Parts: sequence; C-alpha cells; structure tokens
Amino acid sequence: MTEALRQTAAEPSPAGAARPLTGNEAIARGVWEAGARVAAAYPGTPSTEILENVATYPASDIHAQWSTNEKTGMDVAIGASFAGVRAFTAMKHVGLNVAADALMSFSYIGVNGGLVIAICDDPGIHSSQNEQDSRIYARFAQVPVLEPSDGQEALDFTRQAFDLSEQFDTPVFVRSTTRLSHTRSAVVMGARETPAPRAFAENPRKNVMIPAHARMQHGVVLERERRLKDWLADNPLNRVEPGDTSVGIITSGIPYTYVKEVMPDASVLKLGVTWPLPDRLIRDFCAGVERVIVVEELEPLIEDALKAMGIPAEGKAFFPREGEFSPEVVHDALARAGLLVPRVNAAPFEFAPMVRPPVLCAGCPHAACFMALRALDARVAGDIGCYTLAVVEPLKSIDTCVSMGSSIANAVGMAKAGTETKPIVATIGDSTFLHSGIPPLIDAVYNGADITVFLLDNHITAMTGGQDHPGTGRTLRGDPAPRVDFVDLVKSLGVSWVQKVDSYDTATLQRTLREAMAHKGVSVVISDRPCVLDPVRIKGPAMEVEQDSCIACQACMNLGCPAITWSEGWHEGRHKVKIDPEACIGCSLCAQLCTSHSIRPIH
Amino acid sequence: MMGEKLNRTMNVLIVGVGGQGVIMVSKVLAQLCQADGHDVKQSEVHGMAKRGGGVFSHVRFGPKVWSPTIPEGEVDILVALEWAEGLRWLKHLKPDTGTFIADCQKIVPPFACRNRKRGAEPAYAPQTPEEIIEQVHAGYVMDATGMAANLGNARASNTVLLGALSTVLDFPEEAWVEIIAATVPAKSVEVNRAAFAEGRAWAMGGEKRIDVTASGLHKAHSEVHHPQVDTILEITEEWCKGCDICVKMCPERCLRLNDRLKAELALPDLCTGCQLCAWLCPDQAISVTNIPVTEPAE
Repeated sequence: MTEALRQTAAEPSPAGAARPLTGNEAIARGVWEAGARVAAAYPGTPSTEILENVATYPASDIHAQWSTNEKTGMDVAIGASFAGVRAFTAMKHVGLNVAADALMSFSYIGVNGGLVIAICDDPGIHSSQNEQDSRIYARFAQVPVLEPSDGQEALDFTRQAFDLSEQFDTPVFVRSTTRLSHTRSAVVMGARETPAPRAFAENPRKNVMIPAHARMQHGVVLERERRLKDWLADNPLNRVEPGDTSVGIITSGIPYTYVKEVMPDASVLKLGVTWPLPDRLIRDFCAGVERVIVVEELEPLIEDALKAMGIPAEGKAFFPREGEFSPEVVHDALARAGLLVPRVNAAPFEFAPMVRPPVLCAGCPHAACFMALRALDARVAGDIGCYTLAVVEPLKSIDTCVSMGSSIANAVGMAKAGTETKPIVATIGDSTFLHSGIPPLIDAVYNGADITVFLLDNHITAMTGGQDHPGTGRTLRGDPAPRVDFVDLVKSLGVSWVQKVDSYDTATLQRTLREAMAHKGVSVVISDRPCVLDPVRIKGPAMEVEQDSCIACQACMNLGCPAITWSEGWHEGRHKVKIDPEACIGCSLCAQLCTSHSIRPIH
Repeated sequence: MMGEKLNRTMNVLIVGVGGQGVIMVSKVLAQLCQADGHDVKQSEVHGMAKRGGGVFSHVRFGPKVWSPTIPEGEVDILVALEWAEGLRWLKHLKPDTGTFIADCQKIVPPFACRNRKRGAEPAYAPQTPEEIIEQVHAGYVMDATGMAANLGNARASNTVLLGALSTVLDFPEEAWVEIIAATVPAKSVEVNRAAFAEGRAWAMGGEKRIDVTASGLHKAHSEVHHPQVDTILEITEEWCKGCDICVKMCPERCLRLNDRLKAELALPDLCTGCQLCAWLCPDQAISVTNIPVTEPAE
C-alpha cells in the first residue's frame, strides 16, 4: 500500500464502474463521493486501509492525513466541520477510547459540515487487545450508528451518513467489523457530489461547551434522539424482508449475511441503524411473527432494548457474547433455539494441525532488543506493536501489555510500588511513543521514577503494515515533512541519560542497556534500525551456516528468526541449523551469537 | 465442474503462509468472478497473520452470495500454497466432491524446531501427499515453487497454482491471463504468464496427480539412533568470576547467578547437555559430561 501511495494517484474510477472492493475501500470511496474535504486518522487494524484509500483520491479533492493519535484525528475532523466542510475520521474500536473525550462533547455541539466517524470493531480479537462493542459508545454519546453488511452498503451508508449528519446536526458513526473491512464484495461506484462549503457559524451557545451552554445542548441532543427515532421508522436504511412468520429475526451488519446463509426463509428485520432503534418499526415487525430472535455479535444491545420495550426477544440465551460469528456459530445457535437441525460434523480429516504462530520477521531489529532484555532479566512493561510478539518463546521477555502508550506509566507505577527487585524497563515503539508515550515520559521525569525507557525506533508504524508518522519525515501522501528527532525530544522533556544504539550490534546493545539500568532515575535507550518490510523491503547478502563446523548448540535459534531452521545434519544427537537464503536479509545477528563462527555471508 | 450455468454458490478457500501471495490469488479470482457477472465475496483476515503466520482467504461466487466466509465442510476447491497449511484446512473440504490443489513445498516454522532433546525431529506435519491424495475426491499435489523457480522466480508459485485452479473452474483462459497481467507488477508479467501456463498444462494431466518431486520432499525421516544420555554439569565455584556469559548464552536458560554471583544450574531438568556453557566459559569453570544411559534388557 505504502508503495502504491508514493506513485502518482490514478484517476478515480468513474461512476458506474463495478469492481470488488473491501469494506474499507468502499468506505473510502463513500467519503470521496460524499465530497468530504478533510480526513484524518491514526492507523489501527482493521481500520488502517480506509485512510490509505482515501489518500488515493486526488489531493485537490480531499486533504488526507495521518494524525498522531485517534483523539487528534477526531479533533482535526471536528475542526474541519467547524470550518464548514464535510469531514471524516476512522479508527479501530480501542482508538475510540482515545478519541472519546472529544466525541462526547462534540455530540452536544453538533456539526457545521457533516462529520462521519468510521469505527472498526474486531470481534474475535484478530489483532487487538479486547473486543469491545462500539455500538455502546453510540448510545453513550447519543450519535446514530449505521451498520453496513457488505461493500455496496459500506459505500452507500457512508454517503448517507454525511447527509444524516447535516440533517440532524450530529456526528454519525459508520460501524464496520474486521470481517466487513477485509471482505471484498461486488460494488458499483457512484458519482462524486461537491457540496458547497458553509461558512464558519459564529454561535458560541452551540460551539463553546461551558456549563451554561452544555446544559442547554443536552436537551437538544435528547430531542435529536426522538426525531431520529421517528425518521428511522420509515427509512429504507432499516428494512423488513418478509418470510416465514413462525420466526422473525432482527439483525444487522455482517451477522445479517450469516442469517441469510443458514436460514434463508425466515422473516428478517435488517437494521441499517442500530442506535437509535426505530421503535415503531420494531413493534410492527414483532407483532407479525410468532417468535423474535435477535442475532447480534458481541453485546446484546438490540435484545436489551427490545426487552425494555416489553418484547419477549431471545438472543444471548443461544448466541455467544464473545468471539466472531460465522455461519457455523449462527447455525449452531439457531439449532439450540430449536429452529434448525444441528449440523453433522462429518469431517474425515482429523489430524492435529501444526502450530504456526506469527513471528517477528527475519532481520527484525526488535529481536535483538528483546533477546538482550531477556538476558538482562528485566521486568518489562510492554506496549502495542509487532514487538508484543516477544511475549512468547524464544524471546519471552515482555511481562505486561495494556493499551497504546501504557508501558511507560506502568513502569513508573511498578517503580513507585517499591516491590520490584529487577530493573524496570518500558519498551515502546516510535509510533506508539508519538501516539501516547510522551506525557507518561514527562510524568516519569517529573516524579523521579527509576526506570529505563527502551524506545524501539524502527522508523515506521510497522504493526499495521507500514504507515508514516511524524518520526518518518513523510506524510500520508508521501510528501516530505519535518522529522521528529527522538534524542532532542527526549532531552527537552528533561531526560539527562539518553543513548542511541544500533539494534544489530548485540554487544553494544547489552552494554548500553546495562548502563541505562544502572542509572538512577529515568534513562532512555533508543534502538535505531528501520523495519525490514516498510517503507522498503530490506534485503542484504544472505548468510549461510558452515555445516562442518556447526556444533548444533542452536544458540542462534534464540532469536526466533524464521529464516533459521534445522538442517539434515546432526551433531551429538541434535540437528545442525541452516539459513533460508531467500528469507535471510543478512542482518548478521545470528552470526554474532554463533559460538563456533560457522555463520558467514554467502560468497 | 461448474456446468452450463452456475445455480449455487461456489466456494474456493485459498491458504498459505504470510508473504506467499494468498491475497493476490484471491483478488485475481474475485475480479474474474465479478467480471464474469457473478456476485462475489472474498474475505481475508490480516494483521498479526502477516507476520509469518497462517493466512487464509475465502472466495465465494454465484448468483447471490451471503456469508463472506465458507461454512465448514462446504469448500469446493482448496488451494494450498504450502503443504501443512493445506492439511490444516482439509477438514473444510467437501468430502465427496471437493478438489485439493497444493504446492508440495514445506515452509518449516522456527516453532517446529524448538525441541532440543536428543534425536528430536522438526514438529512438521508428517502426512505424505500419497496418503492425502488417496482420501480426497480430486487432488493435485504439485511442486509449484520448483516450477516457478525454474521459470526464474520462485515467488510466482502462486500463479502456477492459479494455472491448476483454472482447469477446475469455468472461466476462459484469456480472462485469467488478462487479470493476472493487470494485477502483478509490470516487470513480472512475463514470468507470471509462463507460470500460469505451466500450472495449467500440468493439471490437465489427470484428476489425481502428484508431482514426482513431492514424494522426495516428504520422505520419512532417516532412522538415526541417538542414545539417551544422563548429563552431569559441574561448576567449579572457585574459578567462576560471575561474568554470566554462560547464563546469557544458555539456549535453555537453565543457568543463573546465585547470591554469591557464581553460576549455578537452576533448572537441571531443562539442561540438554549441549556443552555450550563449557565451551564459552573463559575460566573453564564448567564441565559437562554426557553418559549414555544403558537401556535395560527387555
């Protein structure tokens, strides 16, 4: 993607073009078609590709930027809305926690230019730290939430969300999930509209949330909810698909597709908007069926609302509240409800599948860093990024991981508790540090915590697939930008002990960390090597293992490098090792560990 | 296979290891399907998976596709870019009519090489192509990586498999080639074109085929007898100066420095007798002796 972005953006596909698009691509198309002028976000799986795709549309149509974190992205979009243009931000579910403060106030304020927020939840926790249900935020913040179920709806609903935002003076959520975001489905594209920018509306009563104004606006928000409910009762966003009246299924988003797959004949109320709920439409639908089943992933939001309305709805009695749904999960639950025949599992192939966990890449600069931390036996407060993989063998060195930017303040707390005998280290990547690591580092200096902060600078936001940030010197569109100097930044916060080390120099790395840990107070070690995948795939001359001299000690395998496996040769009952020349990038870390000097570059 | 007009949903599951091009294969197929007038859904999950873990992609097409994922046991065609990944998903294949297309090449993960016990073999799927082909309705086990390497780019193995897949689905050959050429980088169009033709020609040769090289790759491990040993690790405390080189370099991390800053064997059960610490000790303070265990007479 990064590479594609650097190329000159191609002409957008014309209206009427038909192509399979992912949910994320379709949302981006919808943002562009709606004529949005400003889009800002921080990367986060599964939402990342939305902004990357927005940035493939012409810069003259829309400004697209990576922001330092989700709250900043939200505030940038809010600012653009104040200024009278349509604005957009996207984030993963946990990113909404970061942005929630701005959201809660802005719900009271309402919009000038329409503002749409794409939230991508991750049921099943494919790549996250929890599986919170963002629809609860919609109710909490009293903003409507639209739930598309395929690519076409992702595009159409995103466009409609802008209209809805301006019509009802409210920010609007478009909620996706990992499955929708990463599923391609047939999409026919539309034409771009170009709404005229509005002027800034000077209206302090609405735009400045002091207590006196906020009290008035709260009532406005409640009235907005009532008007929305009315409007939604007859809106095609919510639709009844008549069928067998012995059961009526109420569902939304991706679970709707599973319902249609396993129970094509049922009566279905497909909700395109899951907050606020169209009470009148729901009552009418439920009155026409003998039994009401709610099929919703994660929390029983719709089910609880129905019960509060006095409708005897069933749902979580049969469906799990955790994990991702699938046709199998929905089938099994409807079978438990007595509505389907249980599945027969006639799988003839029952053998234990081989374990293949994700690993750090061959040559990943993080590997040496965590090997050093393990050897130094530190208490390590970890953070969010590829390096969280160092929680398992063979690097096994991370003790905690909470949320973006938590590591440094977690380390401060550990130090202040006074119970820890090991040196306390916080590990945090460059992008995460800029996202939310700076205030806790100031906290550590201010409060004199005796900790070492290990800033793992690989010059990119790696985990999400290689996005730029203020430390890379490039913007989302690949234009040059001022580059944060981490040493200067850290010093300016009052850190007196700071050193930069080469991640590929194991001896210096260990010595520097040891000195940093011995330092009383806050010390910062910055490891400095680019990610091997992004922005450019690094490939140096590969290494090889001299089979005659290898003594099968397998010390090199402590790196967990995917290029190193066992060879056919044996030494004293153990396999010697070999290096896959295709995968090896020549980082030389294994050669530095080799006890018999058997690893050298291929000649 | 599809007959005149497709009146149901066709399910193709494409699996492999991160970086192999699973997504490219499924994008090509999805575009082909929509261009041919089908409804189509292609679903993948990335994120952690791209870091060398297993990757899978569901492609479904037909008059109307609902679920983005294929229900278990409903896969019409399973395309595996790596052998063990193919086996992982085999239970999703339709037992009576499913087709299995796999590259016989193995990608052994470092995780499979963690056991340092004497005589340990990689924990890789032991099933051979012959065993598996026996059990599926139709199957092609090919050396796609080898074929692509012979054409000059091993990474085009996914396109070799697309060539084999094209013989099972009902799209015109030119349509495949056109979309592949539009999808891959300009400089590798020619090699991918050749890879597609090679895979297609190979699969035309029969409904159950195993490439000759496949059997060689999956031969049983040669029997090597490694007598079990008792390990005695001794540390001469007087000579140890607490440099902790042995502690840091022990592959099993079973050594530590005690309160007097002398090395000691903290976790004797983990010690595999590899002698690394003895070789590395600058003070020759460690000795490791491996005594073969006399096996009791039966």
